[in-house]
Amino acid sequence: MDASQAIPVPDETRRAVFRTRALTKTYVVGEIRIEALRGIDLDLYAGEFAVLLGASGSGKSTLLNILGGLDTPTGGTVHYADHVLSQANDRELTRFRREHVGFVFQFYNLIPSLTARENVAIVTEIASHPLTPEHALEVVGLGERLDHFPAQLSGGEQQRVAIARAIAKNPDVLLCDEPTGALDSKTGILVLEALERVNRELGTTTVVITHNVVIGEMADRVIHLSDGRIAGITSNPVRRPAHELRW
Amino acid sequence: MRMLDRKWLRELWQMRGQALAIALVIASGITTFIISRSTIDSLTYTQSRFYRSTRFADVFDSLKRAPLAVVSPIREIPGVARVDARVLAPVTLDVPGFSDPVSGALLTLPESPGAPNQLYLRAGRLPGPDEDDAVVVNESFADAHHLKPGSRLAATINGRWKSLVVTGVVLSPEYVYLIRPGDFFPDYKRYGVLWMNRRPLSAAYGMDGAFNNVVLSLAPGASLPAVIEQLDSVLARWGGVGAIGREDQTSHHYLSEEIKQLRAQATIVPIIFLSVAAFLLNVVISRLIHQQRVPMAILKAFGYSNRAILFHYMKLVTGIVIAGSVIGVVAGAWLAHGLSNIYSEFFRYPYMYFVLRPGVALTAIAISALAAYAGTIHSVMRAAQVPPAQALHPEAPPVFHESLLERAGVKRYLSQGARMILRNIARRPIKAGLTLLGVAFSCAIVTMGGLFNDAVNYMIDLQFRRSQHADLIVTFTDTASSRAMAEARSLPGVVMAEPMRAVPVRLRNGYRTYRTALQGYAPDGRLNELLNTRLQPVRIPRSGVLLSDYLARRLAVEPGDAVTAEVLEGARPVLRIPVSGVVREFAGMNAYMSVDALNRLMPDEHGLSGVFLRVDPAIQPRIYTELKARPKVAGVTIRAVAIRSFHELMAENILIYATVMLVLAGTIAVGVMYNSTRVALSEREFELATLRVLGLTRREIGYILLGETGLLTLIAIPIGFAIGWAFSAYIAVSLASTLYRVPIVIEPPTLGRAALVIILSAIASGLYVYYRLGRLDLVAVLKIRE
Repeated sequence: MDASQAIPVPDETRRAVFRTRALTKTYVVGEIRIEALRGIDLDLYAGEFAVLLGASGSGKSTLLNILGGLDTPTGGTVHYADHVLSQANDRELTRFRREHVGFVFQFYNLIPSLTARENVAIVTEIASHPLTPEHALEVVGLGERLDHFPAQLSGGEQQRVAIARAIAKNPDVLLCDEPTGALDSKTGILVLEALERVNRELGTTTVVITHNVVIGEMADRVIHLSDGRIAGITSNPVRRPAHELRW
Repeated sequence: MRMLDRKWLRELWQMRGQALAIALVIASGITTFIISRSTIDSLTYTQSRFYRSTRFADVFDSLKRAPLAVVSPIREIPGVARVDARVLAPVTLDVPGFSDPVSGALLTLPESPGAPNQLYLRAGRLPGPDEDDAVVVNESFADAHHLKPGSRLAATINGRWKSLVVTGVVLSPEYVYLIRPGDFFPDYKRYGVLWMNRRPLSAAYGMDGAFNNVVLSLAPGASLPAVIEQLDSVLARWGGVGAIGREDQTSHHYLSEEIKQLRAQATIVPIIFLSVAAFLLNVVISRLIHQQRVPMAILKAFGYSNRAILFHYMKLVTGIVIAGSVIGVVAGAWLAHGLSNIYSEFFRYPYMYFVLRPGVALTAIAISALAAYAGTIHSVMRAAQVPPAQALHPEAPPVFHESLLERAGVKRYLSQGARMILRNIARRPIKAGLTLLGVAFSCAIVTMGGLFNDAVNYMIDLQFRRSQHADLIVTFTDTASSRAMAEARSLPGVVMAEPMRAVPVRLRNGYRTYRTALQGYAPDGRLNELLNTRLQPVRIPRSGVLLSDYLARRLAVEPGDAVTAEVLEGARPVLRIPVSGVVREFAGMNAYMSVDALNRLMPDEHGLSGVFLRVDPAIQPRIYTELKARPKVAGVTIRAVAIRSFHELMAENILIYATVMLVLAGTIAVGVMYNSTRVALSEREFELATLRVLGLTRREIGYILLGETGLLTLIAIPIGFAIGWAFSAYIAVSLASTLYRVPIVIEPPTLGRAALVIILSAIASGLYVYYRLGRLDLVAVLKIRE
């Protein structure tokens, strides 16, 4: 383990968007207790591109769900800016998601009955400072396919619509769960380029979950998770452009 | 236990809410069917048992007067088994503590235990041979006045007052349906039938050694028309009015008409119910099975054959069908038993044989099961055709288009949610159509359930408020002279009086005949308003006859035609009368003429059968006393009482049935609404959870989900009204009888109630689903595709 992968010490000098301390999550399924997170201390900084890397069951999805306000921790605290997410109720979490978070799913989860533009609009309609749907789709390179329904788009295009939908409300953070998991590498890279562009142009804090090590190379920091704990954090002095990635 | 068996038991348990809702739909259909069939079976069976045990007569005749020696030629008519030559005296009764005028019939007791029309003793005993003042009383009348063995009352027989003592309370097959001749509705307080020994009755009525009424029972295989013809010729010179068979006997006629109506009701209503239930069942089960696409693919991937999978789901559905059948049969038997008892009490049978034929229950179950299995087979086969790999793979996004409405330019006014709702409907129009139809059918049967209530109110309004304006109808024992009019006018409190003449006739047009009475009214009378088919008042013509619309149709005559009237009294002339018009009437089969014209046609016997009176309500009781003192008064019908007894009759009878139907229709509505919403939720859970993750509130996704059901429900309600109206029209046509026709009337409150039932069940289902929306698994959607 090299120096940069030492057990992380949060940097108190930078402005942290998310701050977790002693975060634990235990699921009880029937008579079995699953300790998905066993004490996570993590800061995520404004504008950074972070990759959560880990095998299945490492706890990366659980962590993302808690950060995104989809789940609540069993112990410890989560702060988002000056919100305490760990004590929020369902209504507050909905508002948090609505105002601050953009989600990108592995299987896109577009609404099949709405066109690309409308899929984006369904989010912009409820946001306070949104981009126009057209602009958001422009950012992901789909300015030409505004009026297509999901069934008329390829997998990569659908995922980019999903990204447009996530960024259109101008979120503070973008949470992506295996965004390239269902795509071939060529299409996957197109999607990553879109994420890269969003992060660079809009300054959106971006967190990507993956088990694909290569994707870590385009990140500011790679957080390795294993067994519900942070096994180490790697900082990349230079981020590799997405179009150079190969897997 | 094999794994698949465990699976179906557990799944049945997991979907218990939906399964129960479906089971209730099945149960409602079965219950309706059983109630209707069983009630009718029980009534017919009880009737035939009662008729047999009391030797109900086959032929009936009245005459002026004949010596008892005439019995022997009657006995010799081929085919006649038993004869009872009786004395029947119209009487007015004086019941202690009851001031209204009461009329009745006093009859001789059956001659021997083998004679026709035996009495069934309910309490006390028959009069002993030497008890001259002893009578037995018909039970309905006895109950209405709390008469018991030992009670006393008085009768005016032929103008002579006679004190009587009750020794027993009886039932007679002749008076199962006790109604005063000429009345529309029974009135047990004001009309009674009593029996006493021959000697005192003959003496009081001036019939010593004579009779004026005869009943016959026939030997097996005897020809009824032949016997009637010979009896008529025997009695012609004794003033016989013309013999009739059971068909035309008042009580039996009413009973058969009632049973005929019930039978029509019992056939049509359950068929509508059962087919609606079957249709809904088919839709709901198809959807339920469609949701099982993935588990089915997994089973197939493991190597289970299509047949094994089909069998598995058939068992699942069988479980639901069994649950529904058990509830349906038990509830049906219970309600049918209760309803039969109400009917038997209404008809005054001494006992009730409850009949539930296994065939009835099995038919109902078979129809439901068939519908359920058809839905199952169809859906399983459709699902089984998809290769397992494809079924397990995330479904490609379904193809959507802009809906017609949007292309028409409404688009910019619609939110994304509204667009989703419209496009979802437009993408699967058949599915949306079926939901729509399901809700519409539920709404239709609730609407139909209100038909009878509205129709009854409408009939009362028409009959009593718009047509009959007389407070009292006074009928005379014999045709009275025109002096009776002057006498009636001079009674205290009489504001207006109009004459009435009723002549019993058989109307004939070719082979079509109907026995009724020619009613002679004052041509410029104001106490009886006849209405034409457009419900406008019609004047009674100077000559010619007005027929009620149903009678005109029955005789196949139109205004301008003529009918033959065979008069059944006096010199029995046969008349040819032009039909001047048709009047709309919902009760009875009547023919109206001007009283003067009628009297001109009957030259031998000018006179009146009764008078219509408008009276000052304040002194109405005094009029009763005056009327009672007059021996020629046979009876008094009081309008207010007639309305009340009509209501009671209807309440006892049709309305109970209608209420049961309404409850069952409501059950079906709730079952359907709940299932549609519930299925919509499971179909779109994933999409909705995604929207929740994106930050939409529960309310916002609730709008998207429930908006679709809500929109369909709102469209379905008026369609349901239309279907309900069509069902009602069909029922009304099938129920039409000589007693009454059900007008097709559905009032706004009935429509409102139907809409309310549907909307409330939609809201209840919606609330439940809304509650479920709060428990959507948001985390799962990030990883799982369907």
